[in-house]
Amino acid sequence: MSEQVLWFASRGSGIVSLVLSSAVVCLGLLTVVRWQRPGWPRFLTVELHRRVALLSIVFLAIHIVTAILDPYTALGVLAAVVPLASSYRPVAVALGVISVDLTIALIATSLLRERIGQRTWRAVHWLAYGAWPLAVLHGLTAGTDAVAPWMLAIEGLCVLAVGGVLAWRISAGRQRRAALPAVVAASSIVGSPASGRTR
Amino acid sequence: MLPRLLAGPPLAAGAESLDDHRRRLGAMPRSADPRTIIDTLTASGLLGRGGAGFPVGRKWATVAERAAGTAVVLANGAEGEPLSAKDRTLMATRPQLVLDGAVLAADAVGAERIVLYVGSEHLAARTALERALAERRAGRGSGRDLPISLVAAPPTYVAGEESAAVHFVNDGDGRPTGTRPRPYERGVDGRATLVQNVESLAQAALIARFGEAWYREPGGASTRGTALVTVGTAAGRGVTEIAIGTTVAGLAEAAKVTTDVRAVLLGGYFGGWLSAGEARDLPLDPVAMRTAGSAFGCGVVSFLAADACGVEATARIIDYMAGQSAAQCGPCVFGLRAIADATARIAGGTAVADDLARITRWSGQLAGRGACRHPDGAVGLMQSALRVFADEFALHQRTRRCPVARAHSRAA
Amino acid sequence: MPAPSEPVGIVIDRIRCDGHGMCAELLPELIELDDWGYPIVHGTTVPGDLGEHARRAVAACPVLALRLRPVPRATMPAPAATRVPASTSGG
Repeated sequence: MSEQVLWFASRGSGIVSLVLSSAVVCLGLLTVVRWQRPGWPRFLTVELHRRVALLSIVFLAIHIVTAILDPYTALGVLAAVVPLASSYRPVAVALGVISVDLTIALIATSLLRERIGQRTWRAVHWLAYGAWPLAVLHGLTAGTDAVAPWMLAIEGLCVLAVGGVLAWRISAGRQRRAALPAVVAASSIVGSPASGRTR
Repeated sequence: MLPRLLAGPPLAAGAESLDDHRRRLGAMPRSADPRTIIDTLTASGLLGRGGAGFPVGRKWATVAERAAGTAVVLANGAEGEPLSAKDRTLMATRPQLVLDGAVLAADAVGAERIVLYVGSEHLAARTALERALAERRAGRGSGRDLPISLVAAPPTYVAGEESAAVHFVNDGDGRPTGTRPRPYERGVDGRATLVQNVESLAQAALIARFGEAWYREPGGASTRGTALVTVGTAAGRGVTEIAIGTTVAGLAEAAKVTTDVRAVLLGGYFGGWLSAGEARDLPLDPVAMRTAGSAFGCGVVSFLAADACGVEATARIIDYMAGQSAAQCGPCVFGLRAIADATARIAGGTAVADDLARITRWSGQLAGRGACRHPDGAVGLMQSALRVFADEFALHQRTRRCPVARAHSRAA
Repeated sequence: MPAPSEPVGIVIDRIRCDGHGMCAELLPELIELDDWGYPIVHGTTVPGDLGEHARRAVAACPVLALRLRPVPRATMPAPAATRVPASTSGG
């Protein structure tokens, strides 16, 4: 009976974590797009992005711990941190493990952003484009009801949401660049090292 | 007044050779303690000639404190201000004097390297300095072993800004970097860097030879010494040396400016307009000019003829300044472009209803909101134009015609 | 960040600032946005009752363009006599 509980807890928390992290990615993209409505100021988007991210790793932690403890999967702690060390569906679990590692980097750098500086933080934050798809693939391959219709529906909605907002972000970026005065586009202010050093 | 910086062979003769330079001025004095020149410069009251007018002695002292023998001297000859020609003229005709000043500064602040930062478009200046360096290296130099390199600065307005100069020498990127760290703290190669205008260095080299009392012989009520100015008219530009305190009218007479003058642009694109009446008796002295709401800046004195339109001249200048933004800060990129476009519309007779009011509002909002002072200079100029040419702006906006052009076509 | 009890001023890194505008939403008494969405800061020091809001505005900036800098008490000018009127538009 308790095995069932662990199994359900692991699947449930995994799904919730996936949905929440999809929301996190969407909120992050909406921050860049500068989306706002009367009653939904911009700071709400970025603050939700951060808070939902923290919430999602709570469920992620539950998902990992219950998966380790679940006797059916026989995952040891090692398998949860080392990719391909699992005997149960090694590749599927490895996708999740890598996703978690990237997520830890994202969270750690974000919490320490003031200390590590904006440039480093931004470089690491690009890993989000790796962490999220890996989580989706892990969801599609690792669980026994991975291809159940309701699960596919949830995954489909997550992918559609992130894909849609990503497309919006790319198009908004292009529009913003096009609207910048010509001085930015044609900036010849940056000198090139070739413009002359003589001894 | 006898010229001092420009004493010697006529400017048209080109660069003065090392031998002629030595024969005319004598060798640079060797001092037991190279830092004593700093006190001499402070006593002379020499102010920087790059535009900011910061006391030179104090600047060298600040760098010397941090140098520990590893500082860098950056001789700033970028001269990105389009109305100014004094630095390129000085470098092209008196390169050895500029080098004297740079070496003097290096000894005084404890530098182990000199960078000559010269605008890439100033070909005569670059050639003259290259030849001057070659002369020194060919054994006829002072025997010092300081590495001196010449770096061609990008041909942009902001390239001469201190942090932009250091940024370019370090990384090939000629954009200003904001306020921290300042070059005197960490500049070229991370070392304490003295960024000094080439005219200031040349003045220092003369003071080292002849002393601070000699330097202070000519001059005005509040500031002593001489300065190079670039006089501009519709006919062209000329560089001349004046005793500080010479009035604008005195300069106009000496420079044989014969046209009727409507207004004077002082200090360059970074400066501001004064009406002819306001400018006539104004002494070209940093203190007096600041009191009058103007600025000596880099010594530009440009006369706008009475048959020229101040609105059009201003529109051209602001358009140039907008295009010369380093494009790093939103207020500068968008604000200057908006002001420039609106001014162009007003000048061209296609103003929309709020253009003048918006220009006034935007001009009040931009100062201090960029990483460098580029937007401050541009709006300073704009605001002075709005004041001096208030009537012309109002008529342009309301009637969509240029009152100056009409007046002169009617008179013709 | 400076200790909560010190008087502080707002410093904006103008190169980093990308006009997100969250600072103006969270501290409308001192920060307003210009026509292009970039912040204009009114007043050189943050009045004590707005300290927490200022800290939140600094933390919210997605590009870390805002900083609070301690202002020496001796030279501290009086807090800005006029505050930016609360915006009635949605922001």
